[in-house]
Amino acid sequence: MLRLQKLVKTYKTGDQALKAVDLEVPEGQVLALIGPSGAGKSTLIRCINRLVEPTSGKVWLGQTELTELASSALRRERRRMGMIFQEYALVERLTVMENVLSGRLGYVGFWRSFLRKFPQSDVDEAFRLLDRVGLAHMADKRADELSGGQRQRVGICRALIQNPALLLVDEPTASLDPKTSRQIMRLICELCKERGLAAIINIHDVALAQMFVQRVIGLRFGAVEFDGPPEALTPDVLTAIYGEEDWEATIAHVEDEDQAEVAE
Amino acid sequence: MNTSETELDTLLGKPWKKKPFVKRPWLRWLLIAGFCVYLVAAYMTIEINWMRVYEGLERGKQFVLAFTSPNFTSRSSDIYAGMLESIIMTVAASVVGIAISIPIALGAARNVAPLPIYLICRSIIAISRALQEIIVAILLVAIFGFGPLAGFFTLSFATIGFLSKLLAEDIESMDRVQAEAIKASGARWTQWINYGVQPQVMPRLIGLSMYRIDINFRESAILGLVGAGGIGATLNTAFDRYEYDTAAAILILIIVIVMALEYLSSIIRARVQ
Repeated sequence: MLRLQKLVKTYKTGDQALKAVDLEVPEGQVLALIGPSGAGKSTLIRCINRLVEPTSGKVWLGQTELTELASSALRRERRRMGMIFQEYALVERLTVMENVLSGRLGYVGFWRSFLRKFPQSDVDEAFRLLDRVGLAHMADKRADELSGGQRQRVGICRALIQNPALLLVDEPTASLDPKTSRQIMRLICELCKERGLAAIINIHDVALAQMFVQRVIGLRFGAVEFDGPPEALTPDVLTAIYGEEDWEATIAHVEDEDQAEVAE
Repeated sequence: MNTSETELDTLLGKPWKKKPFVKRPWLRWLLIAGFCVYLVAAYMTIEINWMRVYEGLERGKQFVLAFTSPNFTSRSSDIYAGMLESIIMTVAASVVGIAISIPIALGAARNVAPLPIYLICRSIIAISRALQEIIVAILLVAIFGFGPLAGFFTLSFATIGFLSKLLAEDIESMDRVQAEAIKASGARWTQWINYGVQPQVMPRLIGLSMYRIDINFRESAILGLVGAGGIGATLNTAFDRYEYDTAAAILILIIVIVMALEYLSSIIRARVQ
């Protein structure tokens, strides 16, 4: 469903963030992108919806090639890619409802959005999503009144109301406590399953990634170093991705984790 | 641990001082001494005529004493008409100036506008800021004749330079990621500004606008001195006739209105945070 072909990004400073990355994500697959800071994870995600312009290479979303699109066609394609951000990236002075409805901006005209007169179906869907993540009663609160976990839930609603085919998720748990991190990851993965969405999740927490995803990609210096199921992440593989360290405490033993959760 | 043993030994037991901004001592002292010499020389060029000061003290005293008995009544119709004109000029010029400033501020923010538009908008701001209000007013009075129209255009023009520059700086320092999130949803440019940028800069815009209304009102009192209408014209006449009591009344009114505006703006700013 998503296919990257020799994707290259070289920044003006000469840093090569991505070196000819090839990647194919089938429909409905949730994959985790791991790798050290500066390996190009964020750049890779942003090159897909062109918040960062790739230097060369192709990105196919379904039948559409994205890197050649003019701005209005790109806007249309961006509607099919929901994005969830590190540090939530909610517009802090807007209300929760406005933040969620901002996910519909690609579908409504300027004046409608300016006057906050969204179609009834959008408003209904916003309430349904907020209810799904347990925040329906917060709709009229300002985003900066919410806690970290609540904000990220609003961020998830904003991405989902776009009715996307693909979720791009950039470090969703980076500023959350361990419990909230798990809840957020579980929520994202559940919602992907419910709606049959594919997702690329950038994540630092290897154990957390192993708990929830079906496939892991390891990125190092802008190139794919590992591509396989989460169980195949051995200390050797992690050393290849991150460099030498004692990995025994980092890798989750999947069964143990499940039990730990039940106990919780 | 990283520094070798001997290197560390040379550092221990010695006082630590911040490195001076100018490294070479002779240059540093030369700059300081040069500045002091210049300062003394500059002060010595200011001539003071003590006789004139002594004579002027009497007039100054009368002026100050006039504030104890301000005369609101004998020129009340002139004062009323002048105040009304000033307020109309202030409101009209602020609304027009702010309305024009917003698009120019967007154009003058490098993270929102492309380079050519950025350069054009920055030049407009530079021109508006380079020309002082009085100079613009003199020019516009020559074009439009005496009266509040010249004052209205002057204040609108000055508002653009002030507001666009400061608003553009606020736009440039906004949180990029919040705006990026709106862009990622497929919003068009206008929607991106409305949802991603505007909420972030709104408190600053309101605060600056209130401040500018304040400035415009005070300026409108000055512009009358060069014939551009408003309370300044009345004030000027009062001075020319040595009617210090009437002048005092006008100044007191100006002070009261400015303080009221200041109070109002503090309330509004507290509310929009």
